[in-house]
Amino acid sequence: MTAPAGQDLDLRQIELFLYREARYADEHDYDAWEALWTDDALYWVPAGGDLTEPGAQMSVIYDNRSRITTRLNQLRTGRRYAQSPPSSLRRVISNVEVLGREGSDILVGANFMLAESRDRGVEFWAGRTTYRLRIVNGQFRLAAKQVLLVNRDQPLPTLAFLI
Amino acid sequence: MTNPVREATQAGPDYSQLIEAARVHGSLYTDPRVFADELARIWYRTWVYIGHESEVAQPGDYVRKTLGLQDVIMTRGADGQVRLLLNRCAHRANLVCEAERGNSKSFRCPYHGWTYRNTGELIGFPFNQGYGGKGQIEGELSLAPVPRVGSHRGFVFASMAGDGPTLAEHLGEAAGEIDRLARLSPEGKVELTAGWLKHRTRANWKLLAENETDGYHPQFVHGSIFSVTASPIGALYSDKSIAVTRNLGNGHSENDLRPEFRRVGEPMRWFGTTQDRVPGYVRAMREAHGAAAEQILVEGAPHVMIFPNLFIAEIQVFVIQPVSAGECVQHSTAVQLAGAPELNRRMISQSVGSVGPAGMLLADDTEMYERNQRGLAMLRPEWLDLRRGLQRERVDERGLKVGRATDETAMRGFWSHYLTLMEAA
Repeated sequence: MTAPAGQDLDLRQIELFLYREARYADEHDYDAWEALWTDDALYWVPAGGDLTEPGAQMSVIYDNRSRITTRLNQLRTGRRYAQSPPSSLRRVISNVEVLGREGSDILVGANFMLAESRDRGVEFWAGRTTYRLRIVNGQFRLAAKQVLLVNRDQPLPTLAFLI
Repeated sequence: MTNPVREATQAGPDYSQLIEAARVHGSLYTDPRVFADELARIWYRTWVYIGHESEVAQPGDYVRKTLGLQDVIMTRGADGQVRLLLNRCAHRANLVCEAERGNSKSFRCPYHGWTYRNTGELIGFPFNQGYGGKGQIEGELSLAPVPRVGSHRGFVFASMAGDGPTLAEHLGEAAGEIDRLARLSPEGKVELTAGWLKHRTRANWKLLAENETDGYHPQFVHGSIFSVTASPIGALYSDKSIAVTRNLGNGHSENDLRPEFRRVGEPMRWFGTTQDRVPGYVRAMREAHGAAAEQILVEGAPHVMIFPNLFIAEIQVFVIQPVSAGECVQHSTAVQLAGAPELNRRMISQSVGSVGPAGMLLADDTEMYERNQRGLAMLRPEWLDLRRGLQRERVDERGLKVGRATDETAMRGFWSHYLTLMEAA
């Protein structure tokens, strides 16, 4: 991949990274997905309620790097029944915007729509994702991903795949 | 032999034909008539858990809760009292409260502007000449209060029946398990203030209630997470475990893990840690409880299912909300203990990892519930088997039935009480 370091941010390069991350998640490519994360990773799916103090309230997912590995290792056992068999997934990412910078990190926002099919039926998921990207050795890496589901204040079905 | 299904189609289900000592009929989980009977005879009659007083800490605080299919506003009045009001305007039945939570002295119906004090009292309606002026209908119309409200250590329960057993009679032996949880706070207080996860589940609510104290499933359903985290929890529910399953009466039950924790005898082992990792908490507990602290810190938190909808799983609280014969919602939150900041953040972190729609434990339980529900569509065999451990069940010194860690003593207790309620006309 061409590194955009030191240049004006190339939105196309950012989009291609987001699409790749989405494809790894859709296709349950756990190794490739895990390799995208930085060591200070945060993978966060908030529940209803405010977003100011995640450590003091329940979230659907609030994984640091170590817990991401635990989550993936559970999936890798093949006995994570909520994903065994795995859901069939496809998501569309759109409305990609660079929201700004925090230090050398790049904040990117996007919307998504995702269809999940399993024996239980088809679920439709949608929301807003905010990514914190970092360029490491000329490659984009994922430092944080926050997924705000449109229906996060409602009862949610099982969400055992990578969103 | 009679066919309970065929007989049931004539005059409503005959529950004595569907519930036996060691097996129950599959239609109990699928038949909409059973669900309708449950609403009338269980959810709208017996004591049901609603919420916790700490969720409405200040006067004027309110939060929307459910009681069966009822939308209920739990609110604290200026007098400090916690009340439960059905969310329905006395005029045209609109919802008077749309927000999930907030603080207000009154609720104003958006439809025609009728306004109620947070005690339920009607205090105003626009264009009052249409009712002959002010003071004509206020005494007659109000938000409907839930007839009976009671609380135990801040856990608020309600009954839609005007009379019946008291809350203390209903809780019976289970009250002591709530006490055990509260005792883990140096201040003796539980707080449920971390917010709730809501997990939509396409399965009958009873599959959840039965599973909460089923010690047979963890090694299988949760083997994946136990193996990758080298968790000691699985061993508590092994065939060799000396933990017990206890029928607490009135449909309540517990997995009593204390025998295992006592055997190890290490304070904080129940929390997966050691006392040197949480020194402030251990010090506060020894100051609060003196010599008794050692035992409390060794024995840890309860694992108790309180009929029909409250489950305390050590550091989490779950509430089961029925929706239909084939659907329910699981609400879950982390226990917070007053005066225990060292534990509270960790309890939230552990709970977020374990419970809710993405939880590394609960998502797999829920997968099982939903597969159970689909399996129940098969017509044969008609029954679910509950006999595990029946031959080795004993009665303990409290006069309660006790089985081994993996036995179905709890489920048999659930169904025995269920039958009593469903047969009461």
